[in-house]
Amino acid sequence: MCLGIPGQVLEIVDDANSIARVDVSGVKRNVSVALVRSEGIAPGDWVLIHVGFAMSKIDEAEARETLKALQLMGDVYTDELKLLHSSQIE
Amino acid sequence: MKFVDEYRDPELAKRIAAEIARLSEGRPLKFMEVCGGHTHTIYKHGIEDVLPRSIDLVHGPGCPVCVLPMGRIDDAIAIARTEGVIFTTFGDMMRVPGSKGSLLDAKAEGADVRFVYSPLDALKLARQYPDRQVVFFAIGFETTAPSTAVTLLRARAEGVKNFSVFCNHVTIIPAIKAILDSPDLRLDGFIGPGHVSMVIGMRPYTFIARDHHKPVVIAGFEPLDIIQAVYMLVKQISEGRAEVENQYTRVVRPEGNMRALEAMARTMELRPFFEWRGLGFITHSALKLRPEFADWDAELRYEVPGLRVADPKACQCGEVLKGVIKPWECKVFGTACTPETPIGTCMVSPEGACAAYYNYGRFSMAAERDHLRSLSQTP
Ligand code: SF4
Repeated sequence: MCLGIPGQVLEIVDDANSIARVDVSGVKRNVSVALVRSEGIAPGDWVLIHVGFAMSKIDEAEARETLKALQLMGDVYTDELKLLHSSQIE
Repeated sequence: MKFVDEYRDPELAKRIAAEIARLSEGRPLKFMEVCGGHTHTIYKHGIEDVLPRSIDLVHGPGCPVCVLPMGRIDDAIAIARTEGVIFTTFGDMMRVPGSKGSLLDAKAEGADVRFVYSPLDALKLARQYPDRQVVFFAIGFETTAPSTAVTLLRARAEGVKNFSVFCNHVTIIPAIKAILDSPDLRLDGFIGPGHVSMVIGMRPYTFIARDHHKPVVIAGFEPLDIIQAVYMLVKQISEGRAEVENQYTRVVRPEGNMRALEAMARTMELRPFFEWRGLGFITHSALKLRPEFADWDAELRYEVPGLRVADPKACQCGEVLKGVIKPWECKVFGTACTPETPIGTCMVSPEGACAAYYNYGRFSMAAERDHLRSLSQTP
């Protein structure tokens, strides 16, 4: 739960509720960007996601390094991805 | 140095470790990593084997699953067993033992308990099942509290009435205060939690440096981050400084995430006090819903026993959470208490020190034993 996973914003799907479609290691799901919108969120941006919420905007190089490190974490990361997979946020 | 090759930059890691050894000059130093995510990284990547032996990393109370007292689990189970309720929770909480079994046991006995990835998934379930009551078991520090807050704001805006939150969010600063005030432990500094700080920023830690003269370095979650943070702590000490520094600048802004803090302030307020497993009652250490959100407050909506339940006798999670003992010093560690049959919470969550130690720490344990043996053999 304390694990933040990087995702890349594909598009804003619900402007009023600040919901964006993101790609996390190939898994495409909706997350809330309400808490980072003031930083200006556009397709292509990378964010750090916790329990379905983007909590911080990060740069692309950082996102890729973090992903690499997460893959080394093994189970903890794949479990988090499985959970994300089950998510159906609208 | 078994795992050093997996680090982002192994050469750099070795160089920093050497620099830590030079600066600390063999002086024994004890640093607490507050966050369970750090504990996990430390064991998983064998960081204790990379650092000089004089540096002792002790594990703190920053594992939200671990610090929840048994009485609250019993309350959660009572809600979950209520007719018509769909009880939603993060996966970690499922196997945490209450006084009479876990949520998983309740599920096996017919309660409708479901994993969710996000509080927003719980809200979606409520819209999907308008005839049922959906309760979200909200746990976690400031990292997850804002998500609960935004979900509540949305539930109110959309008028979703069959959704409520069983709020167990806790705040990190009072727990650190409690540890600093406890006589059991002498610490030389803190590795500050990365993702909590992403929300609260750097300022709330100032008192540790100012009043307790201990350095704090906020750190990221990769092995190299933690080694770097230890270096920054040792450097402060060697220069006679005690300040709050940020190693995790790529994610943590000095002021935190204002939007997240705002959302929390709009929906939640401090409880006068809250019980923490092992640490007892700590004033102003947890959040409950504001009166304006009474309609979404599961604590008001359902009968909960609300009883204080003593931890099992054999359980030493309290001492582990305060960093007073190492996981393997608990008498039931690895025998009666394992991840399959946990007695205490620290064995359940992957962020719990006992689980992390059980899964990965045995390399260090073996090294520790060898080290002690070699000491006792030197004349
Ligand atoms: S080994 Fe089990 S009972 Fe002992 S401190 Fe760890 S979790 Fe608690």
